[in-house]
Amino acid sequence: MDFLLQPFQFEFFRNGTLAAVLIGGLCGMIGVYIVLRGMSYIGHGLSHAIFGGAVVSYVMAWNFYIGAGIWGFIAALLINQTVRRTKISADAAIGVITTASFAIGIALISRYRRFTRSFDAALFGNVLGVSQQDVLVVAGVTAMVAVLLFFCYKQLLFTTFDSNVAQVYGVRTEWVDTLFALILAATLIVSMQILGVTLIAAALVVPAITARLLTDSFNRMILISTVLGAVTGFIGMYLSYYVDVASGASIVLVQATMFGLALAISSLRHRSAQRLIHTHI
Amino acid sequence: MQPIIELTHVTFSYSAAPVLEDINLHLHAGQFAALVGPSGAGKTSLLKLILGILSPLHGDVRINGQALNGKQAPRIGYVPQLETVDWNFPVTVEQVVLMGAVRRSGIWPWPSSRERQHAQAVLKSLEIDHLSHQHIRNLSGGQQQRVFLARALVADPDLLVLDEPTTGVDMRTAENVLHTLGHLNMQGMTILMTTHDLNAAAAHVPWVICLNRTIVAQGSPEDVFTVEILNKAYQADMLVLRQDGMLFVQQKPHGHSYHTLVPNPVPGGIPGHAMEITDGLPTPTISV
Repeated sequence: MDFLLQPFQFEFFRNGTLAAVLIGGLCGMIGVYIVLRGMSYIGHGLSHAIFGGAVVSYVMAWNFYIGAGIWGFIAALLINQTVRRTKISADAAIGVITTASFAIGIALISRYRRFTRSFDAALFGNVLGVSQQDVLVVAGVTAMVAVLLFFCYKQLLFTTFDSNVAQVYGVRTEWVDTLFALILAATLIVSMQILGVTLIAAALVVPAITARLLTDSFNRMILISTVLGAVTGFIGMYLSYYVDVASGASIVLVQATMFGLALAISSLRHRSAQRLIHTHI
Repeated sequence: MQPIIELTHVTFSYSAAPVLEDINLHLHAGQFAALVGPSGAGKTSLLKLILGILSPLHGDVRINGQALNGKQAPRIGYVPQLETVDWNFPVTVEQVVLMGAVRRSGIWPWPSSRERQHAQAVLKSLEIDHLSHQHIRNLSGGQQQRVFLARALVADPDLLVLDEPTTGVDMRTAENVLHTLGHLNMQGMTILMTTHDLNAAAAHVPWVICLNRTIVAQGSPEDVFTVEILNKAYQADMLVLRQDGMLFVQQKPHGHSYHTLVPNPVPGGIPGHAMEITDGLPTPTISV
């Protein structure tokens, strides 16, 4: 038992685990909307865009959360507006806007070579750097997002299902998209430190598509995805301690394993349903 | 009387060439109209202008006397083309129908018992109340069409707009959908639909608007479905037949292609059937 509880004697592990559970749940929750909107690539793209914002914040001596947050929010809005007002598809808009933003970050790093701050943690995640204050910020953002998703449930559901038709029925879809961009930017910023830019996309998409394989109900999909995100966050953190690998990679690998299991269950269900049909014919 | 739909000198384009040019259209309360025209005539664009999804380049679009400015959407029930729906989206029939009540629903994520009762009543009136907990993918084409009609009706609309409600469904389902729309119109609902099925429009819809970039003609099917008007709108040789008080519209087949398409005669013929050819057109007759 002592062996199992050993990692919890370290404050960094307690903070990291709590943050990973909250971030896992948060990413799982909003991942459902991302996957169903067919914008799975947005997490990957926006996290890169926010990396650019993080570097700019550092160079300009702005607060990281505010600087990178505004940067990510503007990038998300630009993607939405480009898709709405032009013939460019979502994946192309994400590709152009976010890589340009990422390139700004890289250009600044190569221009100002005397950086005292390592951006490795932002790229690959570092649980050692999670302070109590960071956990509080993650908890605050998770609570805010949960409240917004709760009260905007109907509008978000309709806009995700069919944005054009939702507008006809009186949903202010531009506001819904703006709110979602804000939620997404906030989620990515608080997730960056634990998961890293390169792995956030997986945390947003994998629990949601795993849940989609297991259910045809929207409400159950949100529930399963959130719980799965939180549980895999916990297991991933735990494994990262014993196996001694980066926390982000560990969490995503656990999520990928869950996805594999769900895929197997879903295939078995499909086969047994087909067998049942054949026996009745 | 104030028209429900009022388009004045409306021009619209996606790029340089206008898709719709100088459209003047009035539709009054209680009318049931079909918008017909060839593919690319601008039917869906015109619907989207009426729905406020698109904005005109020039001219004015008013619904119930209100200009569409995106701030206050008029009460329109919209049934989109079935092919635009994401059938894999994880929603039940009831959830889709309740989306129609979003405008006047409360802040809680769950529907009120009144909203639920209203949705059930509409589903029952369309005879699909037993499907309310089914996933939308598990329905037949006719049931899917009725689900989206139910969503439109739950909104208690002043105007019902349908984009090709008879496309992608079999003849019997199309007939049922049009019968339901006719019934709703008799109860006072104003309806505008687009369709490619001219024969169904001739049989079920009392007012037809023939469109090809501009309004070619509008009036009763008897007035609009003439060879001259249809040839002009469709830029093709159209054939209009009148029999037993019914109108049938058909595009004339190309003379040379007909012969190449007719299969070789079956030796001895098909029992009970014979094919008679008159004026280059096959006329099926039943031999007893």
